[in-house]
Amino acid sequence: MTSRKNETIVQTRINGEAVEFRCEPRQTLLEVLRDTLGLTGVKEGCSNGNCGACNVIMDGVLVNSCLVLAVEAEGRAITTVEGLAGPGGLHPLQQSFLEHAALQCGICTPGFLVAAKALLDRNPHPTEHEVRYWLAGNLCRCTGYDKIVRAVLDAAEKMAA
Amino acid sequence: MQAFDYVRAQSTEQAVALLAEAGDQARVLAGGTDLLAQMKEGRRKVALVVDIKFIPELNELCYDPAEGLWLGAAVPCYRIYGNPSVVHAYPGLVDAAALIGGVQVQGRASLGGNLCNASPAADSIPALIVHSALARIAGPAGRRDVAVEAFCTGPGRTVLGPGELLVALHLPPPKPGFGAAYLRFIPRNEMDIAVTGAGASVQLDGRGETIVAARVALGAVAPTPLYVKEAGAALVGRPVAEAAAAFDAAAEIARGAAQPIGDMRGTVAQRKHLSAVLTRRALHRALERGQTTLGGAEK
Repeated sequence: MTSRKNETIVQTRINGEAVEFRCEPRQTLLEVLRDTLGLTGVKEGCSNGNCGACNVIMDGVLVNSCLVLAVEAEGRAITTVEGLAGPGGLHPLQQSFLEHAALQCGICTPGFLVAAKALLDRNPHPTEHEVRYWLAGNLCRCTGYDKIVRAVLDAAEKMAA
Repeated sequence: MQAFDYVRAQSTEQAVALLAEAGDQARVLAGGTDLLAQMKEGRRKVALVVDIKFIPELNELCYDPAEGLWLGAAVPCYRIYGNPSVVHAYPGLVDAAALIGGVQVQGRASLGGNLCNASPAADSIPALIVHSALARIAGPAGRRDVAVEAFCTGPGRTVLGPGELLVALHLPPPKPGFGAAYLRFIPRNEMDIAVTGAGASVQLDGRGETIVAARVALGAVAPTPLYVKEAGAALVGRPVAEAAAAFDAAAEIARGAAQPIGDMRGTVAQRKHLSAVLTRRALHRALERGQTTLGGAEK
Protein backbone atom coordinates (compact mmCIF):
# COMPACT_ATOMS: atom_id res chain seq x y z
CA MET A 1 0.00 0.00 0.00
CA THR A 2 1.42 3.35 -1.06
CA SER A 3 -0.26 6.65 -0.38
CA ARG A 4 0.99 9.79 -2.02
CA LYS A 5 0.44 13.17 -0.45
CA ASN A 6 -2.98 13.43 -2.02
CA GLU A 7 -5.99 11.54 -0.83
CA THR A 8 -6.22 7.81 -0.57
CA ILE A 9 -9.02 5.39 0.23
CA VAL A 10 -8.87 3.36 3.43
CA GLN A 11 -11.06 0.35 4.13
CA THR A 12 -11.64 -0.52 7.73
CA ARG A 13 -14.20 -1.75 10.25
CA ILE A 14 -15.50 0.67 12.84
CA ASN A 15 -17.78 -0.47 15.66
CA GLY A 16 -18.54 -3.66 13.73
CA GLU A 17 -19.42 -2.07 10.40
CA ALA A 18 -17.37 -1.93 7.22
CA VAL A 19 -16.34 1.68 6.66
CA GLU A 20 -14.48 3.25 3.77
CA PHE A 21 -13.07 6.74 4.01
CA ARG A 22 -10.78 9.09 2.11
CA CYS A 23 -7.85 10.71 3.85
CA GLU A 24 -4.40 12.16 3.35
CA PRO A 25 -1.37 10.37 4.85
CA ARG A 26 -0.78 13.34 7.15
CA GLN A 27 -4.18 12.99 8.82
CA THR A 28 -4.38 11.18 12.13
CA LEU A 29 -6.99 8.55 12.86
CA LEU A 30 -8.40 10.97 15.45
CA GLU A 31 -8.95 13.67 12.81
CA VAL A 32 -10.69 11.28 10.44
CA LEU A 33 -12.90 9.72 13.11
CA ARG A 34 -14.11 13.13 14.27
CA ASP A 35 -14.07 15.34 11.20
CA THR A 36 -14.71 12.91 8.34
CA LEU A 37 -16.82 10.23 10.00
CA GLY A 38 -18.57 12.37 12.62
CA LEU A 39 -17.62 10.12 15.54
CA THR A 40 -17.23 13.07 17.88
CA GLY A 41 -17.34 10.89 20.98
CA VAL A 42 -13.61 10.50 20.35
CA LYS A 43 -12.09 13.56 21.99
CA GLU A 44 -8.99 15.55 21.22
CA GLY A 45 -7.09 16.49 24.37
CA CYS A 46 -3.33 16.92 24.25
CA SER A 47 -2.83 15.43 20.77
CA ASN A 48 0.57 14.07 21.77
CA GLY A 49 -0.19 10.82 23.56
CA ASN A 50 -0.29 12.02 27.15
CA CYS A 51 -3.98 12.35 28.03
CA GLY A 52 -5.87 9.37 26.57
CA ALA A 53 -8.99 11.37 25.60
CA CYS A 54 -8.73 10.02 22.04
CA ASN A 55 -8.46 6.34 23.05
CA VAL A 56 -9.85 3.75 20.68
CA ILE A 57 -9.35 -0.01 20.49
CA MET A 58 -7.61 -1.16 17.31
CA ASP A 59 -7.54 -4.91 16.65
CA GLY A 60 -8.10 -5.49 20.35
CA VAL A 61 -5.32 -3.14 21.48
CA LEU A 62 -5.88 0.18 23.26
CA VAL A 63 -4.22 3.05 21.36
CA ASN A 64 -4.12 6.84 21.27
CA SER A 65 -5.82 7.69 17.97
CA CYS A 66 -3.90 11.00 17.89
CA LEU A 67 -0.71 8.96 17.41
CA VAL A 68 -2.08 6.69 14.68
CA LEU A 69 -2.12 7.74 11.03
CA ALA A 70 -5.52 7.24 9.43
CA VAL A 71 -3.88 5.26 6.62
CA GLU A 72 -2.63 2.80 9.23
CA ALA A 73 -6.26 1.81 9.85
CA GLU A 74 -6.37 -0.01 6.51
CA GLY A 75 -7.68 -3.52 7.17
CA ARG A 76 -7.96 -2.97 10.94
CA ALA A 77 -10.99 -3.16 13.26
CA ILE A 78 -11.63 -0.12 15.45
CA THR A 79 -13.90 0.39 18.44
CA THR A 80 -14.79 3.89 19.60
CA VAL A 81 -16.96 4.95 22.53
CA GLU A 82 -19.89 4.99 20.12
CA GLY A 83 -19.50 1.22 19.86
CA LEU A 84 -19.90 0.54 23.58
CA ALA A 85 -23.65 0.81 24.09
CA GLY A 86 -25.68 -2.09 22.72
CA PRO A 87 -29.26 -2.16 21.41
CA GLY A 88 -30.43 -2.79 24.98
CA GLY A 89 -28.93 0.44 26.31
CA LEU A 90 -25.76 1.68 27.89
CA HIS A 91 -22.72 -0.50 28.44
CA PRO A 92 -22.36 -1.48 32.11
CA LEU A 93 -19.30 0.78 32.31
CA GLN A 94 -21.30 3.75 31.05
CA GLN A 95 -24.11 2.99 33.51
CA SER A 96 -21.61 2.69 36.32
CA PHE A 97 -19.95 6.01 35.44
CA LEU A 98 -23.38 7.65 35.71
CA GLU A 99 -24.24 5.98 39.01
CA HIS A 100 -20.88 6.83 40.57
CA ALA A 101 -20.82 10.39 39.19
CA ALA A 102 -17.47 9.47 37.66
CA LEU A 103 -17.52 12.46 35.35
CA GLN A 104 -17.89 16.19 35.58
CA CYS A 105 -17.01 18.09 32.40
CA GLY A 106 -16.98 14.86 30.39
CA ILE A 107 -14.12 15.52 27.99
CA CYS A 108 -11.99 12.67 29.32
CA THR A 109 -14.92 10.29 29.78
CA PRO A 110 -14.99 8.56 26.37
CA GLY A 111 -11.27 7.84 26.67
CA PHE A 112 -11.70 6.43 30.18
CA LEU A 113 -14.63 4.29 29.06
CA VAL A 114 -12.77 2.84 26.09
CA ALA A 115 -9.64 2.28 28.18
CA ALA A 116 -11.68 0.61 30.93
CA LYS A 117 -13.40 -1.61 28.36
CA ALA A 118 -10.01 -2.68 27.02
CA LEU A 119 -8.97 -3.54 30.58
CA LEU A 120 -12.09 -5.58 31.38
CA ASP A 121 -11.89 -7.38 28.02
CA ARG A 122 -8.43 -8.57 29.07
CA ASN A 123 -8.86 -8.80 32.82
CA PRO A 124 -12.50 -9.12 34.00
CA HIS A 125 -11.54 -8.98 37.69
CA PRO A 126 -8.93 -6.27 38.12
CA THR A 127 -7.72 -5.13 41.51
CA GLU A 128 -7.88 -1.44 42.39
CA HIS A 129 -4.11 -1.30 41.88
CA GLU A 130 -4.47 -2.77 38.39
CA VAL A 131 -7.24 -0.33 37.50
CA ARG A 132 -5.18 2.64 38.65
CA TYR A 133 -2.10 1.56 36.68
CA TRP A 134 -4.11 0.70 33.58
CA LEU A 135 -5.76 4.14 33.63
CA ALA A 136 -2.49 6.01 34.27
CA GLY A 137 -2.46 7.11 30.63
CA ASN A 138 -5.84 8.82 30.95
CA LEU A 139 -5.97 12.28 32.49
CA CYS A 140 -8.99 13.77 34.25
CA ARG A 141 -8.73 17.28 35.63
CA CYS A 142 -12.12 17.25 37.42
CA THR A 143 -12.84 14.14 39.41
CA GLY A 144 -9.64 13.28 41.24
CA TYR A 145 -9.93 9.78 39.72
CA ASP A 146 -11.39 8.06 42.76
CA LYS A 147 -14.94 7.92 41.45
CA ILE A 148 -13.69 6.67 38.09
CA VAL A 149 -11.80 3.84 39.77
CA ARG A 150 -14.87 2.96 41.89
CA ALA A 151 -17.04 2.98 38.77
CA VAL A 152 -14.75 0.61 36.90
CA LEU A 153 -14.46 -1.79 39.84
CA ASP A 154 -18.23 -1.76 40.34
CA ALA A 155 -18.88 -2.36 36.63
CA ALA A 156 -16.47 -5.30 36.69
CA GLU A 157 -18.36 -6.79 39.62
CA LYS A 158 -21.75 -6.31 37.95
CA MET A 159 -20.56 -7.69 34.63
CA ALA A 160 -19.28 -10.82 36.38
CA ALA A 161 -22.57 -11.36 38.23
CA MET B 1 1.01 17.87 10.11
CA GLN B 2 3.04 18.60 6.98
CA ALA B 3 2.15 16.59 3.87
CA PHE B 4 4.14 13.42 3.19
CA ASP B 5 3.98 10.16 1.27
CA TYR B 6 3.25 6.93 3.14
CA VAL B 7 4.37 3.46 2.14
CA ARG B 8 3.47 0.24 3.94
CA ALA B 9 6.65 -1.71 3.18
CA GLN B 10 6.25 -5.42 2.47
CA SER B 11 9.86 -6.49 2.88
CA THR B 12 13.08 -5.36 4.51
CA GLU B 13 14.67 -5.01 1.09
CA GLN B 14 11.87 -2.72 -0.09
CA ALA B 15 12.17 -0.59 3.05
CA VAL B 16 15.94 -0.28 2.66
CA ALA B 17 15.58 0.72 -1.00
CA LEU B 18 12.99 3.37 -0.13
CA LEU B 19 15.10 4.75 2.72
CA ALA B 20 18.23 4.82 0.58
CA GLU B 21 16.46 6.67 -2.19
CA ALA B 22 14.74 9.26 0.00
CA GLY B 23 17.76 9.95 2.22
CA ASP B 24 17.24 12.09 5.29
CA GLN B 25 13.76 13.12 4.13
CA ALA B 26 12.49 9.64 5.00
CA ARG B 27 11.47 8.42 8.41
CA VAL B 28 10.66 4.93 9.63
CA LEU B 29 7.28 4.39 11.28
CA ALA B 30 6.80 1.58 13.77
CA GLY B 31 4.44 2.48 16.62
CA GLY B 32 4.66 6.20 15.87
CA THR B 33 4.60 7.28 19.52
CA ASP B 34 7.77 9.35 19.07
CA LEU B 35 7.63 10.00 15.32
CA LEU B 36 4.10 11.39 15.13
CA ALA B 37 4.63 13.59 18.19
CA GLN B 38 7.84 14.95 16.62
CA MET B 39 6.22 15.55 13.22
CA LYS B 40 3.30 17.39 14.83
CA GLU B 41 5.76 19.67 16.58
CA GLY B 42 7.46 20.30 13.25
CA ARG B 43 10.74 19.03 14.68
CA ARG B 44 11.36 16.83 11.67
CA LYS B 45 10.98 17.61 7.99
CA VAL B 46 9.61 14.44 6.49
CA ALA B 47 8.76 13.74 2.85
CA LEU B 48 8.29 9.97 3.14
CA VAL B 49 7.07 7.76 5.97
CA VAL B 50 7.96 4.09 5.60
CA ASP B 51 5.70 1.90 7.75
CA ILE B 52 7.76 -1.15 8.68
CA LYS B 53 5.43 -2.99 11.03
CA PHE B 54 3.85 -5.11 8.30
CA ILE B 55 7.22 -6.61 7.34
CA PRO B 56 7.06 -10.12 8.84
CA GLU B 57 10.58 -10.28 10.29
CA LEU B 58 10.21 -6.87 11.90
CA ASN B 59 7.05 -7.95 13.67
CA GLU B 60 8.31 -11.32 14.86
CA LEU B 61 8.87 -12.24 18.49
CA CYS B 62 10.64 -15.57 18.63
CA TYR B 63 12.08 -17.12 21.78
CA ASP B 64 14.00 -20.36 21.88
CA PRO B 65 15.78 -21.50 25.08
CA ALA B 66 18.84 -22.44 23.03
CA GLU B 67 18.88 -19.57 20.53
CA GLY B 68 17.68 -16.72 22.70
CA LEU B 69 15.20 -14.01 21.78
CA TRP B 70 14.75 -12.45 18.38
CA LEU B 71 12.68 -9.35 18.82
CA GLY B 72 11.58 -7.67 15.59
CA ALA B 73 12.23 -3.95 15.65
CA ALA B 74 8.51 -3.11 15.38
CA VAL B 75 7.16 -5.50 18.05
CA PRO B 76 5.14 -3.41 20.50
CA CYS B 77 5.82 -3.48 24.23
CA TYR B 78 2.61 -5.27 25.19
CA ARG B 79 3.63 -8.36 23.24
CA ILE B 80 6.87 -8.52 25.21
CA TYR B 81 5.33 -8.51 28.69
CA GLY B 82 2.40 -10.57 27.39
CA ASN B 83 4.68 -13.49 26.55
CA PRO B 84 5.23 -15.77 29.59
CA SER B 85 8.50 -17.25 28.25
CA VAL B 86 9.96 -13.80 27.71
CA VAL B 87 8.78 -12.61 31.13
CA HIS B 88 10.60 -15.54 32.68
CA ALA B 89 13.81 -15.33 30.65
CA TYR B 90 14.31 -11.55 30.30
CA PRO B 91 13.02 -9.88 33.47
CA GLY B 92 15.04 -6.68 33.02
CA LEU B 93 13.64 -6.18 29.54
CA VAL B 94 10.13 -6.77 30.83
CA ASP B 95 10.62 -4.22 33.64
CA ALA B 96 11.35 -1.59 30.98
CA ALA B 97 8.70 -2.61 28.45
CA ALA B 98 6.01 -2.46 31.15
CA LEU B 99 6.79 1.10 32.27
CA ILE B 100 7.25 2.99 29.00
CA GLY B 101 4.28 5.38 28.80
CA GLY B 102 0.83 4.06 29.65
CA VAL B 103 -0.93 1.05 28.18
CA GLN B 104 -2.00 3.10 25.17
CA VAL B 105 1.63 3.77 24.33
CA GLN B 106 2.69 0.20 25.12
CA GLY B 107 0.11 -1.00 22.60
CA ARG B 108 2.08 0.68 19.81
CA ALA B 109 5.59 1.60 20.96
CA SER B 110 8.42 -0.79 20.09
CA LEU B 111 11.82 -1.28 21.68
CA GLY B 112 13.34 -0.92 18.22
CA GLY B 113 11.76 2.51 18.02
CA ASN B 114 12.91 3.37 21.53
CA LEU B 115 16.46 2.46 20.50
CA CYS B 116 16.40 4.33 17.17
CA ASN B 117 14.88 7.43 18.79
CA ALA B 118 18.08 7.41 20.88
CA SER B 119 16.82 9.46 23.80
CA PRO B 120 19.41 9.61 26.60
CA ALA B 121 16.50 8.78 28.93
CA ALA B 122 15.11 5.85 26.94
CA ASP B 123 13.98 3.22 29.43
CA SER B 124 14.55 0.12 27.33
CA ILE B 125 18.14 0.81 26.29
CA PRO B 126 19.83 0.21 29.69
CA ALA B 127 17.69 -2.94 29.97
CA LEU B 128 18.80 -4.15 26.54
CA ILE B 129 22.42 -3.44 27.40
CA VAL B 130 22.36 -5.51 30.60
CA HIS B 131 20.79 -8.35 28.63
CA SER B 132 23.76 -8.13 26.19
CA ALA B 133 21.47 -7.34 23.26
CA LEU B 134 22.70 -7.00 19.69
CA ALA B 135 21.05 -4.78 17.09
CA ARG B 136 20.76 -6.35 13.65
CA ILE B 137 20.84 -3.72 10.92
CA ALA B 138 19.96 -4.10 7.24
CA GLY B 139 21.26 -1.64 4.68
CA PRO B 140 22.18 -1.21 1.03
CA ALA B 141 25.49 -3.05 1.69
CA GLY B 142 23.92 -5.98 3.52
CA ARG B 143 23.44 -6.80 7.18
CA ARG B 144 25.55 -6.09 10.23
CA ASP B 145 25.25 -6.46 13.99
CA VAL B 146 26.06 -3.75 16.54
CA ALA B 147 26.06 -4.15 20.32
CA VAL B 148 23.25 -2.04 21.77
CA GLU B 149 25.71 -0.15 24.01
CA ALA B 150 27.42 1.10 20.83
CA PHE B 151 24.23 1.93 18.91
CA CYS B 152 23.49 5.45 20.16
CA THR B 153 26.07 8.12 19.36
CA GLY B 154 24.35 11.20 20.81
CA PRO B 155 20.91 12.52 21.68
CA GLY B 156 18.70 11.40 18.77
CA ARG B 157 21.76 10.05 16.91
CA THR B 158 22.65 6.46 16.10
CA VAL B 159 25.09 4.38 14.07
CA LEU B 160 22.46 3.89 11.36
CA GLY B 161 23.83 5.11 8.03
CA PRO B 162 21.95 6.20 4.90
CA GLY B 163 19.39 3.59 3.91
CA GLU B 164 19.98 1.51 7.02
CA LEU B 165 17.14 0.02 9.01
CA LEU B 166 17.07 -1.70 12.41
CA VAL B 167 15.59 -5.14 11.71
CA ALA B 168 15.64 -6.89 15.08
CA LEU B 169 17.20 -7.14 18.49
CA HIS B 170 18.83 -10.37 19.59
CA LEU B 171 19.18 -11.27 23.25
CA PRO B 172 21.27 -14.32 24.15
CA PRO B 173 19.53 -17.12 26.07
CA PRO B 174 19.83 -16.78 29.83
CA LYS B 175 21.73 -19.48 31.68
CA PRO B 176 20.67 -20.77 35.10
CA GLY B 177 21.77 -18.23 37.67
CA PHE B 178 21.08 -15.21 35.47
CA GLY B 179 18.94 -12.35 36.71
CA ALA B 180 18.34 -8.80 35.52
CA ALA B 181 16.34 -5.73 36.50
CA TYR B 182 15.63 -2.19 35.38
CA LEU B 183 14.58 0.58 37.75
CA ARG B 184 13.63 4.16 37.03
CA PHE B 185 13.14 7.17 39.25
CA ILE B 186 10.29 9.52 38.35
CA PRO B 187 8.38 11.90 40.63
CA ARG B 188 5.12 9.97 40.18
CA ASN B 189 4.13 6.34 39.74
CA GLU B 190 3.60 6.17 35.98
CA MET B 191 3.71 8.09 32.72
CA ASP B 192 6.89 10.13 33.06
CA ILE B 193 10.39 10.42 31.65
CA ALA B 194 13.24 9.04 33.72
CA VAL B 195 15.12 11.42 35.99
CA THR B 196 17.59 8.56 36.12
CA GLY B 197 17.30 4.87 35.23
CA ALA B 198 19.54 1.91 35.98
CA GLY B 199 19.70 -1.61 34.60
CA ALA B 200 21.71 -4.44 36.10
CA SER B 201 22.29 -8.09 35.40
CA VAL B 202 24.09 -10.76 37.37
CA GLN B 203 25.26 -14.21 36.32
CA LEU B 204 25.88 -16.63 39.19
CA ASP B 205 27.80 -19.87 39.01
CA GLY B 206 25.84 -23.15 39.07
CA ARG B 207 25.99 -23.33 42.86
CA GLY B 208 24.75 -19.79 43.30
CA GLU B 209 27.82 -18.94 45.36
CA THR B 210 29.85 -16.65 43.12
CA ILE B 211 29.15 -13.84 40.67
CA VAL B 212 30.77 -14.82 37.38
CA ALA B 213 29.58 -11.89 35.26
CA ALA B 214 27.60 -8.68 35.74
CA ARG B 215 26.54 -5.68 33.70
CA VAL B 216 25.33 -2.21 34.71
CA ALA B 217 23.87 0.49 32.46
CA LEU B 218 22.44 3.93 33.27
CA GLY B 219 19.87 6.17 31.59
CA ALA B 220 19.45 9.96 31.60
CA VAL B 221 22.92 10.68 33.00
CA ALA B 222 24.91 11.15 29.76
CA PRO B 223 24.31 12.12 26.10
CA THR B 224 23.53 8.45 25.42
CA PRO B 225 22.45 5.53 27.59
CA LEU B 226 25.62 4.60 29.43
CA TYR B 227 27.15 1.13 29.73
CA VAL B 228 29.21 1.17 32.94
CA LYS B 229 31.51 -1.71 32.15
CA GLU B 230 33.74 -1.13 35.21
CA ALA B 231 30.82 -1.53 37.61
CA GLY B 232 30.06 -4.99 36.27
CA ALA B 233 33.74 -5.97 36.04
CA ALA B 234 34.21 -5.12 39.72
CA LEU B 235 31.69 -7.80 40.64
CA VAL B 236 33.29 -10.69 38.78
CA GLY B 237 34.51 -13.39 41.16
CA ARG B 238 32.86 -11.85 44.20
CA PRO B 239 31.08 -14.30 46.53
CA VAL B 240 27.34 -13.92 46.83
CA ALA B 241 27.77 -13.94 50.60
CA GLU B 242 29.49 -10.55 50.25
CA ALA B 243 27.14 -9.22 47.58
CA ALA B 244 25.92 -6.28 49.65
CA ALA B 245 29.39 -4.78 50.01
CA ALA B 246 30.25 -5.58 46.40
CA PHE B 247 27.07 -3.92 45.16
CA ASP B 248 27.79 -0.83 47.26
CA ALA B 249 31.17 -0.57 45.55
CA ALA B 250 29.64 -1.08 42.08
CA ALA B 251 27.07 1.60 42.88
CA GLU B 252 29.89 4.04 43.68
CA ILE B 253 31.51 3.23 40.32
CA ALA B 254 28.17 3.99 38.63
CA ARG B 255 27.93 7.29 40.52
CA GLY B 256 31.40 8.19 39.27
CA ALA B 257 30.59 7.22 35.67
CA ALA B 258 27.42 9.32 35.51
CA GLN B 259 27.93 12.63 33.72
CA PRO B 260 24.47 14.15 33.98
CA ILE B 261 23.20 17.59 33.14
CA GLY B 262 20.87 19.47 35.43
CA ASP B 263 17.47 20.33 33.96
CA MET B 264 13.81 20.63 34.93
CA ARG B 265 13.68 16.92 35.83
CA GLY B 266 16.63 16.80 38.18
CA THR B 267 19.90 18.36 39.29
CA VAL B 268 23.36 16.97 38.63
CA ALA B 269 23.76 15.99 42.28
CA GLN B 270 20.37 14.25 42.38
CA ARG B 271 21.10 12.27 39.24
CA LYS B 272 24.51 11.16 40.48
CA HIS B 273 22.96 10.12 43.77
CA LEU B 274 20.19 8.25 41.94
CA SER B 275 22.77 6.51 39.75
CA ALA B 276 24.25 4.90 42.84
CA VAL B 277 20.95 4.13 44.59
CA LEU B 278 19.25 2.64 41.54
CA THR B 279 22.33 0.64 40.54
CA ARG B 280 22.52 -0.91 44.01
CA ARG B 281 18.81 -1.73 44.08
CA ALA B 282 18.81 -3.09 40.52
CA LEU B 283 21.78 -5.33 41.36
CA HIS B 284 20.00 -6.69 44.43
CA ARG B 285 16.87 -7.37 42.43
CA ALA B 286 18.88 -9.00 39.63
CA LEU B 287 20.62 -11.20 42.20
CA GLU B 288 17.33 -12.30 43.75
CA ARG B 289 15.96 -13.16 40.34
CA GLY B 290 19.11 -15.06 39.43
CA GLN B 291 18.88 -17.06 42.63
CA THR B 292 15.30 -18.10 41.89
CA THR B 293 16.45 -19.71 38.62
CA LEU B 294 18.72 -21.99 40.67
CA GLY B 295 15.98 -23.11 43.02
CA GLY B 296 16.25 -26.81 42.18
CA ALA B 297 20.01 -27.00 41.58
CA GLU B 298 22.14 -29.49 43.48
CA LYS B 299 24.40 -28.28 46.26
